Amino acid sequence: MKDFAYACPAAIGDAVAAMQLDGARALAGGTDLIPQMREGRRQVARIVDLKRVPELTSISVCADGSLVLGAAASAAHVARHAVVASTYPAVAQSARLIGSLQVQNRASLGGNICNAAPSADAVPALICHQASARIAGPTGQREEALETFIRAPGKTGLAVGELLVSIVLPPVQPRSAATYLRFTPRREMDIAIAGAAAWISLDTAGKIAAARVALASVGPTPVRAVSAEQQLLGERPSRTLFEAAGHLAAADARPISDTRASADYRRSLVHVLTARVLSDCSSALSGEEIQR
Amino acid sequence: MKTPITCTVNGEQQTVLADTRDTLLDLLRERIGLTGTKEGCGNGNCGTCTVLVDGAAVNACLVLALEAPGRDIITIEGLSSQGRLHPIQQALVEHGGTQCGFCTPGIVLSAKALLDGNPDPTAQDVRHAIAGNLCRCTGYDKIVEAIMTAAAAQQVGES
Repeated sequence: MKDFAYACPAAIGDAVAAMQLDGARALAGGTDLIPQMREGRRQVARIVDLKRVPELTSISVCADGSLVLGAAASAAHVARHAVVASTYPAVAQSARLIGSLQVQNRASLGGNICNAAPSADAVPALICHQASARIAGPTGQREEALETFIRAPGKTGLAVGELLVSIVLPPVQPRSAATYLRFTPRREMDIAIAGAAAWISLDTAGKIAAARVALASVGPTPVRAVSAEQQLLGERPSRTLFEAAGHLAAADARPISDTRASADYRRSLVHVLTARVLSDCSSALSGEEIQR
Repeated sequence: MKTPITCTVNGEQQTVLADTRDTLLDLLRERIGLTGTKEGCGNGNCGTCTVLVDGAAVNACLVLALEAPGRDIITIEGLSSQGRLHPIQQALVEHGGTQCGFCTPGIVLSAKALLDGNPDPTAQDVRHAIAGNLCRCTGYDKIVEAIMTAAAAQQVGES
């Protein structure tokens, strides 16, 4: 590893200033960055450790009910947070899937996002919740939808010198639920071959008024299954409907074949996982299990 | 570049000169001389270097030494007291939950983090807690039994 300078600012302004220097790289949990540096895959001249900046590590609920997750808050902190666990369970559930407990105690959701791996477990549920990325740069702060913020494998909408400060989730709507499931050959410590998150919202008559389905590991970025979503609108939750949506989601996916799975297998998984997450959302809303 | 690092290791405050590129694992093994913490993969997959930082189990290979100042770190050397093994260590001995022993220090600390937060775990909880600790001798059953025994002993000890 090449030698580097290290800064541990306590205020967001100082963190942004430190990020303006040549070769600066933000450090949150380090679970991706430190191995990259040790293996020479990433050259870093200066490390900007974000864990002393309150906005980056805290989790807070705003007056309007929206939730602000500090980008450097650990996955364990997110998963254990009472409001996240009760109000955004799909987000807590996703955070509990990242690596081992040792990794969850360090890895941040912000890092999971900025690493921009197609398999990132934290992302599909956040997209389903219409999360946005709050970004700080030398000219101030801006927000961008998380869905468009992830541009390509390893690439995000962060410009040089910008920092992801937090992830903002709008308040949850009544009669809505979200879930995330992934498939891995091993139960733990594995990377998703495919993952699916769903969010549905019912009208007072019990019909689906709005729906979002987001997929992991089946495209260069997380993929919205738009045709599956459209199929759901105005319909009553049922096994048949969710099967049909799963079928459409499989067509929306853009998987590749690689060492971990074939594209065909990934499509089959998307079909099954999408039907299941939709069914789980529906069960959460009705309190009854829909027959798979 | 060398820089002094002050942190608490096994209850004792230490100030050592570290290289800025050292990981917490390097700091513990090479600068402080606590070689009970082992390096396996060096990239966060095997859990062999697990230590507790402020009570939370982490992979020491994924923490920079520069992040250690002010932290309270517990390594395997900090568990036994006055020559007596910690109940988790004792149970691993009694159940034969060690084979080559290389993963054992990490397993013990993951188990301690579990029992500190959940004194009455199920076998499933134990398996989840040590999922990030690979044993390539593959003797997980005895390890799980040992941790369950340690949990039960701890419960009896407290009541």
